Amino acid sequence: MIAMLKVENLKLYYKTLKGYVKAVDDVTFDVRDAEILGLAGESGCGKSTLGNGLVLLKPPLNYFGGNVELDDERLPINDFEKMNEFRFKKLSIIPQYAMDALNPTRKIGTYIKDVLISRGIEPDSIMERLIERLKYVNLSERVLKMYPIELSGGMKQRLVMVISTLLNPSLLIADEVTSALDVSSQKAVCLMIKGFKDDGIVKSLIFITHDLSVLYQIADRIMVMYAGKVAEIGTTQQLVENPLHPYTKMLLNSLPEVGVRHTERLLSGIPGQPPQLLNPPTGCRFKERCPLRGPQCDEEPQKVEAEKDHVAYCWKVKSNA
Amino acid sequence: MLEIVNLSKAYSVGAFGREKFYAVDNVTFKIEDNEIVSLIGESGSGKTTIGKLILKLIKPTSGKILYNGIDISSFKNLKEYYRHVQGVFQDPYSSYNPIFKIDRVFEMVREEFYASTSQNEWRNRVEEVISYIGLNPKEILGKFPHQLSGGQLQRLLIARALLMETKFLVADEIISMLDASTRIDVLNTLIKLKETGLSVLFITHDLSLGYYTSDKTVILYRGSIMEYGSTEKVFNNPLHPYTKMLLESVPTVHKKWTKSQIALEGKIVPNGFCKFYDRCPLGDTNCKNVVLKGVEDNHQVACVKV
Repeated sequence: MIAMLKVENLKLYYKTLKGYVKAVDDVTFDVRDAEILGLAGESGCGKSTLGNGLVLLKPPLNYFGGNVELDDERLPINDFEKMNEFRFKKLSIIPQYAMDALNPTRKIGTYIKDVLISRGIEPDSIMERLIERLKYVNLSERVLKMYPIELSGGMKQRLVMVISTLLNPSLLIADEVTSALDVSSQKAVCLMIKGFKDDGIVKSLIFITHDLSVLYQIADRIMVMYAGKVAEIGTTQQLVENPLHPYTKMLLNSLPEVGVRHTERLLSGIPGQPPQLLNPPTGCRFKERCPLRGPQCDEEPQKVEAEKDHVAYCWKVKSNA
Repeated sequence: MLEIVNLSKAYSVGAFGREKFYAVDNVTFKIEDNEIVSLIGESGSGKTTIGKLILKLIKPTSGKILYNGIDISSFKNLKEYYRHVQGVFQDPYSSYNPIFKIDRVFEMVREEFYASTSQNEWRNRVEEVISYIGLNPKEILGKFPHQLSGGQLQRLLIARALLMETKFLVADEIISMLDASTRIDVLNTLIKLKETGLSVLFITHDLSLGYYTSDKTVILYRGSIMEYGSTEKVFNNPLHPYTKMLLESVPTVHKKWTKSQIALEGKIVPNGFCKFYDRCPLGDTNCKNVVLKGVEDNHQVACVKV
């Protein structure tokens, strides 16, 4: 498997009056050719910061080191101007709440033209593809003559998906695209996004969500983040059936789903809350909430490869090698 | 405990408000003592409107709500009503004043309803209640809202029900803003309070949460009830095509999605037809004048095909 995106030791900190908030702290991972990498974690774990930072790095978020390569080319993520050559063309993001970003005073068609012109692309050259893509996501051509207010949330979300992938980027980052949708729309949007990859519109995807059960449906591999760090990476099967990191285990155990009633199986949450990232504790960031905590946990946990493709950052996980 | 009878709420729409839009359309169900009923529906189904009607925040167009047999519109003294019926909402942070400590939320209950209780005695009761829901009063009292997690704040709001004589709680999407690791504790708190005699209307769009928590389930679509019955029966033997579609769409970590053929967007439903007619794979010209009817004990469905 070839890695199309390589991220090494990436550090992205927010500058605040009190100091730097270490939202993404020394994160290393890759996205392989033709895969959907799911990025899971709770609010504040840095998953959206990571997604945004790869595409739209701007203050107050600052680059503090690390290396990013897309298709064997170094990405100048800390140079906002230079990134214009890559953004939208080679990598694209559907940010959280993107559907609210449509201009309410412009018709959809006019808005799309504006976007294309701002990127130096002749709109007419791409009209045919636009119409084909609208059909792909079950939208009629008529939406181009409508205003955003005339569309439902699910329709707007699908429209935004079409716009962000119009130039067939290699990598698409989808940030919480389904969390504001109803279950039926959620399923449809997820399957369409998977279709984007299967049909070669985009090569690979990073799908960011807090919902592990959505990732189970569409992701090939899952990366779990906690408090700015990677906790565990593995194939979807490995991660769900054989979680290694205590955090992943506890997260899966707190997941309600149809089939689980409180009378039969009382679920439990994870006590405590994540640490402040302004002055994060040394060592493992999960130690305060971890039932397995030992003296070793005050030191930075090292990467442990428990089996092929399956790594965790935890002192208690045994290496297979 | 609480009975909802032929309840409707219409809003005027269109030019000069000539047309009526029914947010809640002839809904009838009841919540017994010591029961958690989940009201499940997608956005725009009218679930929050029903919650607001119960809390007397808006007035119904027709129909009535009975609290222990008494029509709630006859409660002229709202304070008396709110002594028994309370609501908890989606955003816990907006329910607290960020300038004041947590204690104030409890102190206000005393000032409003129990002015004769001494502060000392009240403080003991507050500590008792906080311990009862599994939190440590020492870690809670004296803190500001931003020092606690959303889940803790939400549990404290529910705990207020124990301080008052609250018998009925409307819980509207109380955990949709919370993280996975803390949301389950909020549900467990709700279940624990049921043991003390509380009844809950649990409004949610998330079927798995409804299944975990509730005794009975109401499936709402475009203001009307599609299916209603004991949670076990509705989930394990779903009969309405809409319920089936919802259950098929819920993601879990055990079963992968299958491709289904239900239309995403509906067209306009002709008058008198089932509200799900336009998206339903079984929809045909017989789907008229649907009523909710019993198919087995404790299980009702509004579908002519059943």
